[in-house]
Amino acid sequence: MGQDIYAVEVDHVTIRFNLASEKVDNLKEYVIKMIKKQLSFKEFFALQDVSFKVKKGEAWGLIGINGCGKSTMLKTISGILKPYEGSVTVRGEIAPLIELGAGFDGDMTARENIFLNGTVLGHSRKYMEEHFDEIVDFAELWDFLDTPIKNYSSGMKARLGFSVATMVSPDILICDEVLSVGDFLFQQKCMERMSHMLSGGTTLLFVSHSVEQVKALCDHAVWLDHGRVREIGLAEEVCDHYTELARANQKKGTKK
Amino acid sequence: MNVWRIRINLFLKYKDLLRELVIRDIKLKYRRSVLGYLWSILNPLFIMIIMTIVFSMMFRRNIENYPVYLFTGRMLFEFTTGSTRQAMNSVTGNAALIKKTYVPKYIFTLAKVTSAMVDLIFNLGALLIVIIATRARVSWTFLLFPLVIVQIYIFSCGLGFFLATYNVFFHDVLYIYNAVTTAWMYLTPIFYPIESLPENVAIVVKTVNPLYYYIAQFRDMIYLGRIPGWRIFWGGWVIALIMFVIGLRVFLKNQDKFILYI
Repeated sequence: MGQDIYAVEVDHVTIRFNLASEKVDNLKEYVIKMIKKQLSFKEFFALQDVSFKVKKGEAWGLIGINGCGKSTMLKTISGILKPYEGSVTVRGEIAPLIELGAGFDGDMTARENIFLNGTVLGHSRKYMEEHFDEIVDFAELWDFLDTPIKNYSSGMKARLGFSVATMVSPDILICDEVLSVGDFLFQQKCMERMSHMLSGGTTLLFVSHSVEQVKALCDHAVWLDHGRVREIGLAEEVCDHYTELARANQKKGTKK
Repeated sequence: MNVWRIRINLFLKYKDLLRELVIRDIKLKYRRSVLGYLWSILNPLFIMIIMTIVFSMMFRRNIENYPVYLFTGRMLFEFTTGSTRQAMNSVTGNAALIKKTYVPKYIFTLAKVTSAMVDLIFNLGALLIVIIATRARVSWTFLLFPLVIVQIYIFSCGLGFFLATYNVFFHDVLYIYNAVTTAWMYLTPIFYPIESLPENVAIVVKTVNPLYYYIAQFRDMIYLGRIPGWRIFWGGWVIALIMFVIGLRVFLKNQDKFILYI
C-alpha cells in the first residue's frame, strides 16, 4: 500500500468550463438558438493537465496571478467541482477554509451560526455542543455571542469562521486567502494555530498572494500559470522564481 | 450498489445540517414579530374566515360545514405549492455556500420542504380550532392523518427536487410554475365540491391531479369520518413515490453541473 502516504493525489486534471458565448438562461432564447443552431460554446480550460502528489503532513502552497486557476484547483480537491478529465484522490477528512463565513446567515446570532456553520462542515450537533466553548474562546467573541452576525465586522466574521473550521484538526486543511482579513494579532494567532496543526500531522493546501506567508508556512509549492503547471518544487525556490518574474514584468511595464 | 451506500452515509453525516437549516427557517420566519409562532395558527384562520365569507356569499351551494371543508383542502394545497416554491430556490439561493464548500446539495431542498412541513403541523392546530368552533363531528379516522401527511411530503420533495434542478438552468421555471399553480388551484376541489365540475373534467381531475388524491383522503378521514377508498389511498402512495424517484434522479444526474450555472 505504497499509495497511502499521499493525502492528495491530483492526476492529470483538466477542468473545462463551457462558457456559453452569451449567457443563455431562459428557455425562449435556448429554444431559438437551438433551432437556429447558434448554441455555440466557447471552451475554456481553467486547469489543464495538472498533476501533483501531496504526502501526508506536508504543506503545499499554490501561487500564481489572479485567474490562473488556484481557487479552481482547491475547489476540485474539495469536491465542489468535478474534473473533466483526470482524477483527484483524497485520503482523509477535508476542512475547507475557502472564504470564511460563507456558511453564515446574517440574521442569526453568532451562537446559532456556530452550529449552522459546524454542521455545514459535516459535524454533528452534539460534537458542536462539546466544542462550543473552545470555539468562542479562540475567536474571543464571548461578548457578542447573541448579536446577529450582520452587525459583525468582516474581521470578526473571519475570526469566528476560522475558529469553527479549525476547531478540529482535520486531515487536510484547505485555505484560500483567508488570512488577509482580521487584525494583525489574530493573523498571528491563525498562523500559530496552522503551524501547530501542521506539526500535528495535518496536511495543508494554502493559497495566498503573499509569497512571504507561503514561504513561512509551506514546504512545497505549485506555481500555476493560465491553468497549467509552471513549476513544482520546494516552496523557497518556486516562490523566488515567481517573485523574480513578477519583478521582471514590473520593470518591463515601467519601461513601456 | 456501492454508490448508494456512500450516499446514505453522506446523508447521515449531514442530517444535523438538515436540522439546523429547518430550525433556521422557523426561527427567522417570526423573529421580531410580537405574536411570533402564533401567526402560524392565526394566519390560516384569518384566511379561512375571509374565504368562507366570500364563497358563501358568491355560491349558495350547500356544503355542510364549509369552514372545515375549505380548510382541509386549502392547507394541503398551500403546503404543496408553498414548499415546492421554496424548494425551487433552494439551490440558487444557497449559491454562496454551494460554491465554497462541499455539501450534498439536496439537503437544502429537503430542508425547505421540511420547514414547510412544520408549518403544516401548526396548521393542523388551527384546523383543530376550526373543528371545535364549528362543533363538527369527529371520528377516530382523524387519527389516520399522518398517512396523508407522509404521502404529500414525499410527493412535494420529489416535485421540489425537479423544480430546483431546472430552476438552476432556466429561470423561466419560476414564472411557468406560477401559472401552473394557478391552474392547479382551480382544478383542485378546494373551495368547490368535485361534483360541480363538468363530468369529463371531473374524471380527469380524479385520475391525474395528485392533489386530488391527498385532499380526498384527508377529507375522508377528517371531514367525512370514514376510511379512504383503496384507489385514492394506494394511488396517493404510488404517485408520491414516482414523483420522488423522478425528482431525485433528475437532481442527482444534474447536480454536478449546478456549480457552473449558479
